[in-house]
Amino acid sequence: MEAGTLVEWLVRPGDEVKRGQVVAVVETQKGAVDVEIWETGTVDQILVESGRKVPVGELLALLRTAGEPVAGAQDISGLQEAAGVEAASVLSGASPSRAGIPPVSRISPVRPRVSPSARKLAEELGVEIASLSVAETGAEISRADIERAAQAAMKAQPAIQPASSDWQSQMRKAIAAAMARSKREIPHYYLATDIDMSAVSAWLSSENLKRNVTRRLLPVIPCMKALALALREVPELNGFWIDGAFRSSAAVHLGMAISMRGGGLVAPAIHDADKKSLDQLMADLRDLITRVRGGRLRSSEMNDPTVTFTNLGEQGVDGVFGVIYPPQVAIIGLGKTSEKPWVDQGAVVARKVATATLAADHRASDGHSGGLFLATLGKLLQEPERLR
Amino acid sequence: MTPRSREEIRQAIVDALGGIAPEIDPGSIAADLPLREQIDMDSFDFLNLIIRVHEILGIDIPEQDYAKLVTLNGAVEYLARRCAAQQ
Repeated sequence: MEAGTLVEWLVRPGDEVKRGQVVAVVETQKGAVDVEIWETGTVDQILVESGRKVPVGELLALLRTAGEPVAGAQDISGLQEAAGVEAASVLSGASPSRAGIPPVSRISPVRPRVSPSARKLAEELGVEIASLSVAETGAEISRADIERAAQAAMKAQPAIQPASSDWQSQMRKAIAAAMARSKREIPHYYLATDIDMSAVSAWLSSENLKRNVTRRLLPVIPCMKALALALREVPELNGFWIDGAFRSSAAVHLGMAISMRGGGLVAPAIHDADKKSLDQLMADLRDLITRVRGGRLRSSEMNDPTVTFTNLGEQGVDGVFGVIYPPQVAIIGLGKTSEKPWVDQGAVVARKVATATLAADHRASDGHSGGLFLATLGKLLQEPERLR
Repeated sequence: MTPRSREEIRQAIVDALGGIAPEIDPGSIAADLPLREQIDMDSFDFLNLIIRVHEILGIDIPEQDYAKLVTLNGAVEYLARRCAAQQ
């Protein structure tokens, strides 16, 4: 969580930029992250050229806001923030061979996409991704493109030693640092409750029956909506513990723990999950997972989850007691849904049941609030048709 | 709808799997063992597999039939039946 490498500028001095626009790409050991800008204005000066490894909080560029004379250019505070926060701040896996990335002026406006696997291979083989032209690779750089480029380079210059990659070990280090800090600083308490998932499962089946395969909802979607709504009822679980005090967040930005192919995980945010329809949540989750596995996340997604949700039930576990990602104050887990004996009005019946868990920061909330949260979540999941 | 041979269907599934898990070697897939034990796939990947197969073969696979696509052989048999039924 200390530095990242500025891979590419997507704007140049004189360009007009809008709030939320992606202006640069930073390479972290979690893959490439798009850096967004938080002010509208004109780029005055680029202070960090591409290819440079920058520490957290480094000033990247100067921005001129509307009506401001050229001489009075101000720092891009948003950019500073964007580059400085947790996601972009992870240790960079950059190797010295990256230093020769061409300046902005030579970068083609059509940017090829690079899969994480191709990017990793490029690092292993010492292939400069920026040196590949779109004409050679098409819109997406594949492993085959990288291999071809590496072979061509070998022929041209057989003495070149491939730079070894430590991307994976860097990511492991970042996870280790965050989790060790969490267990060192956060007094976790843990709660678990079994939730009857029969109603929501039945509702989802009938809903998906009506839908074309491309519009189907995953079982996790109604759960995401229910827990985002439940968090509104228990705000002491949603926010950050910073400088010895809890700051609750009015918005619910749900960090979704997503595993990466080949190891490691990230938990980028689905913004305002409590306000989105199930279809919108599905579209957002699809987009997020695709980009996590395709190697393009936005800095804001990495930086601002207000709470994390982990759905390890996929792997068949009954329950997961998570480690809070600081400075968040809670992580919610959902185990697998399976048929279990359940007592309903004095009779034992078979029901679909899942164990929901909460690990929360005892500095910010007490078990009572945590229990209230899980009870609210369970209640909301009994009326799936209202989770719209 | 053109008739599909089992080989074409198998190829369609393997192609779809390659798009989801580029690291796999198609030749290494054991046709009788569950795909999800051999390939690191979650429910999102599996849904994408179903969508991709739907796009290639034009077969809509209802959710309640997902269990029939657990192994490669099972999926080929199921889709061959569905393709034949659509003739």
